[in-house]
Amino acid sequence: MNHVSVLITALAGLAAAIAGATLPARSRVGVAVLLTWVSSSAALVAAVSVLRSGHDIVIHTAAILPLTGVSLTLTPLGAVFVLTIVVVAMASTLYWLGYASHGLSTRSASCALPLFVTSMILVPFAASVATFLVLWELMALTSLVLVLTDQSRREVARSAGQWYAVMTHVGASAILLAFVLLSAHAGGQTFAQIEQHAHHLSGALRGTIFVLALLGFASKAGAVPLHVWLPKAHAEAPGPASALMSGAMVNLGIYGIVLVGNVLLGGGPLWWWLLVSALGVLSALYGALYAATTSDLKRLLAYSTADNMGLVLIALGASGMFAASGSRTTAAIAMVAALLLMFNHSLFKGALFLAAGAVQMVTGTRELDRLGGLLKRMPVTGVVFLIGALSVAALPPLNGFVGEWLLLQSLLHALPSANTLVVITVAVAVAALALTGGLTVAAFVKAMGIGFLGRPRSDEASDAHEVPATMQLGAGLLALSCLALGLVPMLILPSLELGARSAQRVGVPSPVHGWISLHLFGLHGILAPSLLAGGLLAALVATVLVRRVSHRRSRPWPALAPVEPWGSGRRTQTVRMQYTSTSFAEPLQRVFDDVIRPARDLDVSPAAESHYYVERIAYRTSNDDVIERVFYQPLIAAVRRWGRFARKLQNGSVHRYLAYGFLALVVVLVVLA
Amino acid sequence: MNGFTHLLTSALVALVQLVLIVVGGPLLLGVMRKVRSRLEGRVGAPIYQPLLDLRKLFTKQRMRPRESSWLFGTGPLVLVATVVCVSTISPLATTRPPLGQSTDFFAVIFALLLGSVVLALAALDTGTAFAGMGSSRSMTIGALAEPALLVAILAMAIPARTSNLPALVRAGLNHPALIASPSRILALASFLVVILAESGRLPVDNPSTHLELTMIHEAMVLEYSGPDLGLIILGESMRLAFLLGLLVNLFVPWGVAERPGALFFILGVGALAAKVLVTGVAIAVFEVFTAKMRLFRLPELLAGGFVLALLGAVTAVVAR
Amino acid sequence: MTLRVLLTTVLHPRKASEDLGPATNVDVELQRSLHGSLQVRHVDAGSCNGCEMEVQSAFAPVYDAERFGVRLVASPRHADALLVTGPVTKNMSDPLRKTYEALPEPRLVVTLGDCAKDCGVFKGGYGVQGPVSDVVPVDVHIPGCPPHPHAIVEALRGFTGR
Repeated sequence: MNHVSVLITALAGLAAAIAGATLPARSRVGVAVLLTWVSSSAALVAAVSVLRSGHDIVIHTAAILPLTGVSLTLTPLGAVFVLTIVVVAMASTLYWLGYASHGLSTRSASCALPLFVTSMILVPFAASVATFLVLWELMALTSLVLVLTDQSRREVARSAGQWYAVMTHVGASAILLAFVLLSAHAGGQTFAQIEQHAHHLSGALRGTIFVLALLGFASKAGAVPLHVWLPKAHAEAPGPASALMSGAMVNLGIYGIVLVGNVLLGGGPLWWWLLVSALGVLSALYGALYAATTSDLKRLLAYSTADNMGLVLIALGASGMFAASGSRTTAAIAMVAALLLMFNHSLFKGALFLAAGAVQMVTGTRELDRLGGLLKRMPVTGVVFLIGALSVAALPPLNGFVGEWLLLQSLLHALPSANTLVVITVAVAVAALALTGGLTVAAFVKAMGIGFLGRPRSDEASDAHEVPATMQLGAGLLALSCLALGLVPMLILPSLELGARSAQRVGVPSPVHGWISLHLFGLHGILAPSLLAGGLLAALVATVLVRRVSHRRSRPWPALAPVEPWGSGRRTQTVRMQYTSTSFAEPLQRVFDDVIRPARDLDVSPAAESHYYVERIAYRTSNDDVIERVFYQPLIAAVRRWGRFARKLQNGSVHRYLAYGFLALVVVLVVLA
Repeated sequence: MNGFTHLLTSALVALVQLVLIVVGGPLLLGVMRKVRSRLEGRVGAPIYQPLLDLRKLFTKQRMRPRESSWLFGTGPLVLVATVVCVSTISPLATTRPPLGQSTDFFAVIFALLLGSVVLALAALDTGTAFAGMGSSRSMTIGALAEPALLVAILAMAIPARTSNLPALVRAGLNHPALIASPSRILALASFLVVILAESGRLPVDNPSTHLELTMIHEAMVLEYSGPDLGLIILGESMRLAFLLGLLVNLFVPWGVAERPGALFFILGVGALAAKVLVTGVAIAVFEVFTAKMRLFRLPELLAGGFVLALLGAVTAVVAR
Repeated sequence: MTLRVLLTTVLHPRKASEDLGPATNVDVELQRSLHGSLQVRHVDAGSCNGCEMEVQSAFAPVYDAERFGVRLVASPRHADALLVTGPVTKNMSDPLRKTYEALPEPRLVVTLGDCAKDCGVFKGGYGVQGPVSDVVPVDVHIPGCPPHPHAIVEALRGFTGR
């Protein structure tokens, strides 16, 4: 039964891709979506059965891939990731039905999207190095095609595609190297064999493998400083694709780290997980800061993805450090927190990106400074974005809060610890968590407030209308799941615990449990999200009644009068007098000026008659990514210089090429002798 | 029968705590204004004046900006609802409030943050420049105050091995030496800085300023009238009273009702009122002698609060 | 500031307010609807600032209007009454009208000083449009050039009845 569902997953996905590539335009997207749903449902069935029974699904065939064959195994850990990806995929493909009219119905896109979804779903199934790498590469290539959908019309999309292509392959090379080292020394390329022999490897070798794998997978997850592709690619990709990339693909980076660090190498010394935490802290702070100061809606969401992945890395690192220093309970709780943060992120980031895609489709722009007043014109999309924004900000009664609370509890209960490194990491992690939380709140109040509230800042925004029903449904499903998980986290916690235990080997039974209130195993920490939500609702109803009662006496004036906003009695209050995204973020940017170092350009043109009269002032400010400017641009410049130098060696003269060949032969002979 | 009486007692406790905060918030505001007036050489409005103001406001006309959405009217509602909800479940007059086992300190803080966020969004919905300015400044201060707050909670939670609020208060009562420990005192200082920042008191924000460009919180509510304004003023004063109530119970817990019984509860209510009154008067006196800080000097103040909290957390770990 | 001075100021504050006795002309209906609380928004429609100085004195320690439940507010949306000083100049007529429209019902207009009633010494000036009653409906007028702070406080007390 389980084998059949895995087979259906693969075949239906492939069929969807073929349908997308071959069918005529009218039926292309519909059939592709249908087949993708079939594929996702089959994967869902497989994942749920693994999580219910606790047994793995194993498939091995020598066909399809020459030399190595294909090896698929679904462990509970993999099942958790499959579950995450399937949920986002189903919502995004449903959304795609409505979005298709907006340029995402070309043959290449309709072939690439289902293939992207299928390859992402199958990555956690992979049980051998070859299978893993093939699926990984397939995932990268198909997402690259999706990022480049708009490249013929926009130069920025092409550049984003280039950055993405290079960075994902640099990451893939690191992963390849790590896997090659592993399989060469562990005597086999299936994960089962590697797990068995991994402890024979020397500490230095294990360390090198872990660092390489960490760099490769962290780059995919969008961890700073390997994140530079993320704001570009996620912003340029069309709606459903960016939701899939941010909501599903980055999770596979986390999966890779857990796979190599915990499963294959069997946990490691403290310094591995210290490195993971350090990356996490850096990503969280950097991502939140840039999200708070950018004015492009999708770039903001992309930086927020880097921020949230940083939080997941902090949780992973904390879990590993606690396990290495002997506290099993907090290690288990931290691992569950990591998986919960990841799952929550997929849900709310998927919802946010789908809403942003809807806004972009209707208004044609991503610039917050050209939006506004959209909550009245796009009620459903606005509410979806509001729910997503409150979830990212980790506010009760939504799901983001539960994940954040769990992480805070695991950090709190690890202290006091005998290990000073753990103590320092925990303190830094809590401070980083708090600061990112605050910055994220500011960023999303800005995104929601400037983008959806107030008065429309452009004609496109004032002409906005609601999107088709399938798009509303897709985005709405994810938003509702955020609410559901916020009220009853226990819906997903048992599965996450199974996944955590299958990753960590040692753990405690049910580290987090309880339907009405969450209890921690053996520690004093209780949270009742549904009761808190109930209390808030009751209080809200009471307050509404109080306000209504105060107005029950009829009066000669209108009860709720719509009036001109008060602007100190000015003659006209234009729309441009509202706060913009840049002005909203200005105090924060000023505080962090030394970190961001925006490029500012002021151009004053005096009038012809006199130098003292100003005719025109042009002010330009841009928040380029600091790490890109400081590390990557010089690196790219150096590579270009080297390339130019190397081109001198290739001057077209056959005599010189023959001389090169002769020289190489002489060197080889000398070395062999 | 036992279950029913338990339910009834819990409901009564919740109601009393709620009424205490709902009435006590405006009264605290009145007391602070009175102290200020007296120190300025004036008689000042009576202590119950804010209650009269609120009563009048609830009978006035509601107005909303023409192009605002449903979120505009929701801001004041959520602000008040969050404070109402947390006042009923927090250890204010007793260490065993209703649903007390699940009253986590982080949950309370994040619930209050929900109120601030929805108010900031509602302000942006007006589409005016001042409201945007108020939102922006308010969110910046919130973002910078949060590290200090969470690390201060960490510093208090480490010795008690939990972040459950009633447990933290009980820990202070059971181990008096804990109250005088350096980590608690540092956490107290940090918590005080955060309360001043979050409630918009001097030196962070002048609550009675008329100059829009100096406003932080006031700027967000310039557009509200009638019951909406009443709810906002009520919500803000309730929030201040609630936070001061938490502050006094965490750092000077004696007087709080530890055992069940009407007498202990009444004593607890009285002790809370007295302690919050004294703290409010102290803050009002401090405000009279303090000037408002420049907006761009505030990050330094909040960073100072953060450093205090961090020191508190480190001492808490080392002390064990 | 020494500790001794600080403690003395806090524990024994001097009271400069004059005792003004009970309120004299109270509008009973208004008093009932305002519940003893009046928020006032001041608008300078073109005055010489003489009346503003008297308003400042009225809220200062000696006359202290705040003890009768009166408070100055920043936004007209928060106010019950508009306190207008000066003749209405051409530039200020629109803003004055907009400010009046921004007040929630029930609303009042109190004019302060002779200029607000009939333009006073500025009658016929090129920048002057007319008295306040030409622009917004006036409820109460406080005469004087400038009015004594005592008169201002008595007029405002009439609304709160305190």
